[in-house]
Amino acid sequence: MFGKKRVAVVGAGLTLFRRNLKETGREMCYEAAKMALDSAGLTLKDIGSVAYGSAPDAFDGIHMKGENMTDSSGAWRKPFSRVYVGGGTGVFTADAGWWHVASGLFDTCLVVAEEKMSSCYPHPAYAFTTIFDPIMDRPHGTTLIWIFSLEMHRYMHVHGIKKEQIALVSVKNKRNALDHPCAQLGAKITVEDVLNSEIMCWPVQRLDISPTSDGAAAVVLASEDVAKKITDNPVWIDGVGWCIDSTYWTNRDLYYPDYVECAARMAYKMASIKNPPKEIDVAEPYDPFDYKELHHMEGLLLCKKGEAPKLTEEGVTQRDGDLPINPSGGLLGVGNPIAAAGLMKVCEIFWQLRGEAGKRQVPGDPRTGVAQAWGDLMQYGSVIVMRR
Amino acid sequence: MCRYLQAKGSPALMYESFIVFPPNNIEFFQKDALEVKDVRDVAIIGVGCTGFKPITPDVSYKELMFEAATRAYEDAGVNPRKDIDAFITCAEDYWEGHSIFDEFVPDQIGAVLRHLFTVSSDGMIGLATAYMLIKTGEFSTVVVEAHSKASDVTTFTDIVQFAFDPIFNRPLGGHPYYMAGLEMTRYLHETENTREHCAQVVVKNKKIALSNPYAAHGAHITIEDVLQSEPYAHPLNRLDISAVADGGIVIVLASENAAKKLTDKPVWIKGIGWNSDTSWPESREWGRAIYAELAADMAYKMASIRNPRKEVDFAEIDDSFSYKELQHLEALKLCKRGEAGKLTEEGETEIDGSLPVNASGGLLGMGHAIEASGLHRVCETVLQLRSEAGKHQIHDAKTGVAQIWRGVPTATGAVTVLSTEVK
Repeated sequence: MFGKKRVAVVGAGLTLFRRNLKETGREMCYEAAKMALDSAGLTLKDIGSVAYGSAPDAFDGIHMKGENMTDSSGAWRKPFSRVYVGGGTGVFTADAGWWHVASGLFDTCLVVAEEKMSSCYPHPAYAFTTIFDPIMDRPHGTTLIWIFSLEMHRYMHVHGIKKEQIALVSVKNKRNALDHPCAQLGAKITVEDVLNSEIMCWPVQRLDISPTSDGAAAVVLASEDVAKKITDNPVWIDGVGWCIDSTYWTNRDLYYPDYVECAARMAYKMASIKNPPKEIDVAEPYDPFDYKELHHMEGLLLCKKGEAPKLTEEGVTQRDGDLPINPSGGLLGVGNPIAAAGLMKVCEIFWQLRGEAGKRQVPGDPRTGVAQAWGDLMQYGSVIVMRR
Repeated sequence: MCRYLQAKGSPALMYESFIVFPPNNIEFFQKDALEVKDVRDVAIIGVGCTGFKPITPDVSYKELMFEAATRAYEDAGVNPRKDIDAFITCAEDYWEGHSIFDEFVPDQIGAVLRHLFTVSSDGMIGLATAYMLIKTGEFSTVVVEAHSKASDVTTFTDIVQFAFDPIFNRPLGGHPYYMAGLEMTRYLHETENTREHCAQVVVKNKKIALSNPYAAHGAHITIEDVLQSEPYAHPLNRLDISAVADGGIVIVLASENAAKKLTDKPVWIKGIGWNSDTSWPESREWGRAIYAELAADMAYKMASIRNPRKEVDFAEIDDSFSYKELQHLEALKLCKRGEAGKLTEEGETEIDGSLPVNASGGLLGMGHAIEASGLHRVCETVLQLRSEAGKHQIHDAKTGVAQIWRGVPTATGAVTVLSTEVK
């Protein structure tokens, strides 16, 4: 059923997520990688290769940023490679770790994702002005929030969704994050707070958006033979998936993320999942904006198109609901150091499936979880399916 | 674009088949992916190269990629919209002038709503990634793309400077190739090789490049010319440094089963390795290319090569600076340490020598294609193994080794062992 070797997650590590950490990117990588290795009871000597993930170099002002991070990610004199798919990088870095081990080339792979956004002045959002086509888009002064407001508008229009329904996601995730020791923006807020927050670009308001953050995350992957020797409760990576849509986002209908569905189907096929809502016990879809959680639940085939707001209203997506969504607090609550935020979701699924999530633990002994991230010009989906 | 199309036949136009609007029905892009599963050997079944030019004002990077892709798909006999399980693009944002470069990749290589991603590294590390994907057994065919539009980078050395550590190294300023000058000094000091040996490499590679229609910087020059060209960073002179060039390369890989169905001239990847030495220049061994030694160890082990000098017929290796060809030859154990200069002097590394090195003209003769340099070494190795290299064909080539270094200020490199014979 699987590749040459089955791959397990055997350890995870996470730094604090903060607006402006004192630590450098290298130091954050070290912290997360060390924590992941310690939790697996391994040292760098046991590591065969390193997969590293980070989003735009423009944040740090460092060209070939991966090369800059080799030592701090534990890759000294080891095979090292950096994968990079915009906002989808975090989850995708774990996918990259998977093929390092599943190929049979390495017994272990250290997966590190890091983002240091605060070094970009005056605001990290400015770095995103360089992701647009220099001829067609940049002259408009396009920003990320601008294009996401178009997408949110389209999604609301097609399904007749109200702002109040979408705001519930922000309320839920920020409350969930109160239980996360690394979280940046855990808070008890109400739907009114979201609706009364500053308008950034209608219909996107301040509390609809995740913050900018510094942070790093890491996981240790091992082949079946190694995993069984070092841990009694490995979490298996049973499916990986990724997909990209056309560059020309202006030619697409933004109401539905086809590329997420394509990525999800790839991962589900690998994991032999036929009925996602039934078979998946906990999910961490990418939620840099509150509407994106809903959008991605639909893309992940966890519900029908346009049904996600209803499930949220009914409390199905709460931590104690039938289908807990973002029990970690997601990007809206824990923070959004882009690549690290995606890998944080993989860490969360790992802890949830091991029953180690503490106060965040979802009830009912979850066995199957999925994490997903999204990136590029509303164009990229990366997915990972994990099982206990 | 027709200028390049003339270089090697005229690729059948597949425009209609893969420039399509994003399909709206999911079945369209799900039906063929991930069907065949086997975990055996990996072959290169198609290569596409645009050829290299110092400047290409007539085409955009997207057109370069399109042309390389069209040629590769035609060579492999595949339709990217149906037959390819994953696509890899190798690029760095700062070379491109975009952030998140993979945004701009899918349409022109036929990867819309398919499984594409970026490896931010040299193309050969992308090739290693493709190799791993196929080895998992979940992917039958994988495409790797890399390109250079270096002529668009008007501040090339400033961009290189941005790769230096922002606190410890960047403030030192200067032309970034001072790092190569220092390394060359140390390397020549530690070995028997001489300044003239380095110049001989330049003379050889530029001469060979004249017979390669893809090459951008072929020339008849003498050792004197090299030694008297203007100094850049002592002892490096201008002609010791490979000049950049524009071009695009696409390579199609397939699993053993798929390769046997698709082609009768597969070139097998017998071994592949990649490695990074420390990112701190202060802590490196300046006289040795540790990254190449370790990458070669990995690749040779995979290929069961015990005695590289005997078992390897020819090499396409990184010569981004003249001394690098010598240093890398030694790192790849194709000769003893300190012996590469003598081999070069005796003509053993010429096309008709006992160990032809860079029979394509190398980076010095072809042009440095930034992240496409590694795939270009692989592409030339494949053409040699298929006996399709034309005027610079090596006689009786069965096993070749390709190697690349990511350039100043990195210590990352990769090695690939390719052969016409299955293991």
